[in-house]
Formats: sequence, structure tokens, C-alpha cells
Amino acid sequence: MIWTGIMVTAVGCYLLKLAGLSVPDHVLTRPLTQRVAALIPPALLGALIAVQVLADDQLLVVDARLAGLGAAVVLLLLRAPFLVVVAGAALTAALLRLL
Amino acid sequence: MPGRSVRADSLGVGVATGAYGVSFGALATTSGLDVWQACALSLLVFTGASQFAFVGVIAAGGAPLTGAATAMLLGSRNLFYGIGLAPVLRLRGWRRAVQAQVVIDESTAMALGQPDPADARLAFRLTGWSVFVLWNLMTLVGALAGTAIGDPRTFGLDAAVGGAFLALLWPRLTALPQRVVAVVGAAVATGLVPLTAAGLPIILGGTAAVLVGLFLRREERG
Repeated sequence: MIWTGIMVTAVGCYLLKLAGLSVPDHVLTRPLTQRVAALIPPALLGALIAVQVLADDQLLVVDARLAGLGAAVVLLLLRAPFLVVVAGAALTAALLRLL
Repeated sequence: MPGRSVRADSLGVGVATGAYGVSFGALATTSGLDVWQACALSLLVFTGASQFAFVGVIAAGGAPLTGAATAMLLGSRNLFYGIGLAPVLRLRGWRRAVQAQVVIDESTAMALGQPDPADARLAFRLTGWSVFVLWNLMTLVGALAGTAIGDPRTFGLDAAVGGAFLALLWPRLTALPQRVVAVVGAAVATGLVPLTAAGLPIILGGTAAVLVGLFLRREERG
């Protein structure tokens, strides 16, 4: 029974991924689609950051992740390179958890 | 951003995310799945939140098909990611069928963070497949070692991913509409976390923000 569940999940999740990539060209070239497509990155990134930093399942939690994000903001203001920002966020959270 | 830093950045995110496979492998086997089942989920389902949800339902004594339904609900955000990625990736035939498997949070974020389409395609492939390889390896390690291996949170890897997404968003925040859209996306998603199943806040927050963005543009033209 677990294997059935795994296979149904695998097929379903794959078809969802494939369906998004398979939207036809004539839909993609419409002006409305292009305006929406330009807005998707900031919209999704904003939502992803919030959930990544504040959510623990269905709870909102303020923990070391938020301090890590704060460190990332400071590093970005200092124009640090991407990997330094990522490492700085990780290091800040790790050090806070050591305390 | 030149190609070289896209490579390093994508692999960096790939390593930080892929390491999480250990938590999944360990959780899967302590929830009653065997090592093969844990590895099959990472190989075939390959979308973290859905895998954790499936295992969570099994651990709570739920039916496998209930687990599958929950996992697919969470996986529906990959459909929206695909729509955003399609005009940039322009994949056809078997290439599309293969690359579809790595349409996930991190590969989408890294690709959409690149202003240049060639960089976006490189970022998508490198991030997606480096996460895929490491996630599967680390699932096996976690499934075999169980909880003997430490929690990746000790190393702050959960905060690293948030920092990476912010670094991708940052260069896009030069104009007011983009700032408003990003803030609305974050605010709506945060507000929905306690109210909806995990995964939905991202889709709903993103959708609400896009709608606000379309309205803002209409106002500008007035």
C-alpha cells in the first residue's frame, strides 16, 4: 500500500511539473501573459522568503532564521557577493543556535 | 551576472539544499518506511515539501493515498513555477520531459533571479541537478544512518536558503512596483501560514502579489 501511494505521488507530482512547462507558445506570447510573467519573480521570491524564514509547518516562528535574514540584508547593503550573503546568513543562524 | 558566478552561486544553493536530504531520509525511516521507499520518494517525487508531507501522513497513521493527495496539493506550486520558467527555458520534446523533474523551489528561484536568459537556463540546470544528485545521495545516507547524523539546522542551512532567495530578489527591488509586489507576496504568504496547508501560502501569496502588480500598472497608465 505504501508503494501504491509512492507511485501515485510520483506520477502526480511529475505531471504537475511537466504541465507548467508545456503551456503553449501562443499563450506565452500574449501581452497579458508577458506582464504576468514579469511580475512572477518578485512575487514568488517574496512569498518564498517569508515562508522559508518564518514558517515551521503551519506555525509562524521567530528564530535564528530571521537573524540570518537580517545578516543577509546587512551584507547586501554592503554589496557583498551572493555566496558571502548565503554563508553569512547560515553562520549567523548557526552561531545563535550555539548560544 | 557573468556565467562564472552563476555557476558558483547555483552549486552553492544546490549543496545547501541537497544536504537536507539527510533529514528526509532519517525522518522517512523513523516514520516506518524502508530505505528503498525513502530513496524512491527522493528519486521519483523529488520535491521536498511533498515528500515530507507524504511521510508525515504515514507517520500519523494516515492512508498512503491520503499522503499522496496531500503531497500533490503541495506539488501544485511547481505547476506555477513551470509557467514562469517556460518562456525562459524554451524546452521541447524529451529535453522538456527530463528537465521537468527538476522544476522545484530552488531551481526556479535561481533561474528567475537572472536577468539574462542564457544565465537563467544555466542557473536552472545547475541548481536543479546539483540539488537532485545531492538530495538523493543524502537521502540514502540519512535513511541508513537514521538520526545518528546531526540536524542540518545546527549549521544554519535553513537560514542559508532564505538568505539566498533574498540575494536573488534584491537586485529586482530598484523600482517601486517590484518592491510593492515582493512585499505583498511576503505579507500574504506569512498571513496564510497558520491558515492553510504548507505550500499553499507560496502559491496564494505569489498570486495575490501578481494581481496587485497588474492593478498598479493599470493605475500608472491611468
